[in-house]
Amino acid sequence: MEQTPIITVKNLVKKFGSFVANDNLTFNVYKGEIFGFLGANGAGKTTAMKILCGLSLPSSGEANIAGYDVYKDTDKIKRNIGYMSQKFSLYEDLTVYENIRFYAGIYGLRRKVIREKTALLLNKLQLDQEKDTLIKSLPLGWKQKLAFSVAIFHNPKIVFLDEPTGGVDPITRRQFWNMIYEAANKGVTVFVTTHYMDEAEYCNRVSIMVDGRIAALDTPGNLKNEHNVQTMNDVFLKLARSS
Amino acid sequence: MKRFKGFVIKEFYHIFRDLRTVVILFGIPIAQLLLFGYVVTNEIKDAKIAIYDQSKDYLTSKLTQKILSSGFFELEKNLDSYIDIEKSFKKGKIKEIIIFEPNFAKNLEKNGTANIQIIADASEPNTANMLTNYTSAIINTFSRDINPLAQQPLQIITETRMQYNPDLKGVYMFVPGIMAMLLMLISALMTSISITREKELGTMEVLLVSPLKPIQIIIGKVTPYVLLSFINAIVILLIGNFVFGVPIQGSIILLLAESVLFILVALTLGILISCATNSQQIAMMISLVALMLPTILLSGFIFPIENMPLVLQWLCQLMPPKWFITIIKTIMLKGAGFDYVWKETLVLIGMMCFFIIVSVKKFKIRLE
Repeated sequence: MEQTPIITVKNLVKKFGSFVANDNLTFNVYKGEIFGFLGANGAGKTTAMKILCGLSLPSSGEANIAGYDVYKDTDKIKRNIGYMSQKFSLYEDLTVYENIRFYAGIYGLRRKVIREKTALLLNKLQLDQEKDTLIKSLPLGWKQKLAFSVAIFHNPKIVFLDEPTGGVDPITRRQFWNMIYEAANKGVTVFVTTHYMDEAEYCNRVSIMVDGRIAALDTPGNLKNEHNVQTMNDVFLKLARSS
Repeated sequence: MKRFKGFVIKEFYHIFRDLRTVVILFGIPIAQLLLFGYVVTNEIKDAKIAIYDQSKDYLTSKLTQKILSSGFFELEKNLDSYIDIEKSFKKGKIKEIIIFEPNFAKNLEKNGTANIQIIADASEPNTANMLTNYTSAIINTFSRDINPLAQQPLQIITETRMQYNPDLKGVYMFVPGIMAMLLMLISALMTSISITREKELGTMEVLLVSPLKPIQIIIGKVTPYVLLSFINAIVILLIGNFVFGVPIQGSIILLLAESVLFILVALTLGILISCATNSQQIAMMISLVALMLPTILLSGFIFPIENMPLVLQWLCQLMPPKWFITIIKTIMLKGAGFDYVWKETLVLIGMMCFFIIVSVKKFKIRLE
């Protein structure tokens, strides 16, 4: 894999009053990588992700996303990233096509482009018949796939996935990860937070946050070797307990 | 601009695909207006009365006839004794009893005075008050008719004229009040719900991460409601005018412009509410409890502000509907122009600016 950093974070600190949510984070994410961002609830994942998405400013330190500075170029950052959350964020009372058109529209895509890409996408997802179906009548797995496709519809350089597989069955999760691989192969950098430690194994590299710091960052294989355990789950428990 | 258009179209889909929203937007205003217009009325028509005539002479029968032919009263019963008075009231049907003293005509001719007693059922104080006022008015006119002026050189005659609403129609008051209330309801309630709904569904975070600016998101969300509220304002005015005969004396353009201003005030208030909370339920509670009740009670819509305790009067000054109601009454009923309502207009503009500033300060861009 080529090692061009697309996200560089240096000594990033975010404080809320006296509470330090992100304590001196330093890491790189490389282009086309699937980067797992792990941590218990309240470890500071969401805070860090907000800063990387250009939604909030760090207290100190540097962060550069897709070549843009988080202090100065939040507009440009937003144009170059995609985002999908646990809630899938599709409008239930709009049809499949209306959702795609709306989200593509706010990223400034032309109508003709939208129409062509939609046809390809629905064909790929085998949703051709469902173009005019309301989202609320689709099964959860389809919604999830569609939400991911919508998040990368405008060809972002990086896509942020915030616990994207919450509440979905294992088979659908597996299929979903296939989509993530496919996107990564096309050069999209995937930044994903998850609670499922088996999913951490699918990532190229993972970072584990404990109490606002990055306690470990390496490939899943190296982490397991280093801590002399069999699964990522054990790595996580070891790190979380030692704090 | 194209992004914005897409946003507004999406918002219209939300509105028209949700039956409840459509009902709130269009059903409730019309139902409320008709209800208030027809049901809540403080006019008197065919009130049941009894008469205890102890004199039964030509004057009392003439006066009785005059009272009964006024259209306000209907004779339920003639009484024969004082004991019947209490009984009649207890049955509850009779609201007022008129008693002529014995030898009514004779006394009047001999002494120049005669007595009539009016007893009203004051378990409904407002009705009682109005009934006695109406009765006294009729009796006064009557006594003036039979007494030539010359006999009483120093008599002062009052002639009352109810300017701007000669028939004292209640609906004149309700149409402006309902308009204020409904525009408040639709604008503030609907915008605060629709914004908090995006927060609840998690779509708001996706919008915030997109290149859209927060201000574009907000304007995109409220634009449909500005349009729909404006249509509602026109419908209310039309119903008021054609169904209830409430006149529009002043400039319609000024009236509509002031309505748009009030809609904007209510919308900014709705935005403020949605900035303060993340849940639809709380937004709805705040809108209903904190906006609806004061709009009804403290705006001068039903209860006159001048009669309230001083503290409440101050509170009334903080209510946007109070100013709006004053404006539309002045324009609709009195036919006055902008030079009579510019102060109220300024107050509303000031309130709107205040809500915008606070909302912008409170608007938290966050991923929760």
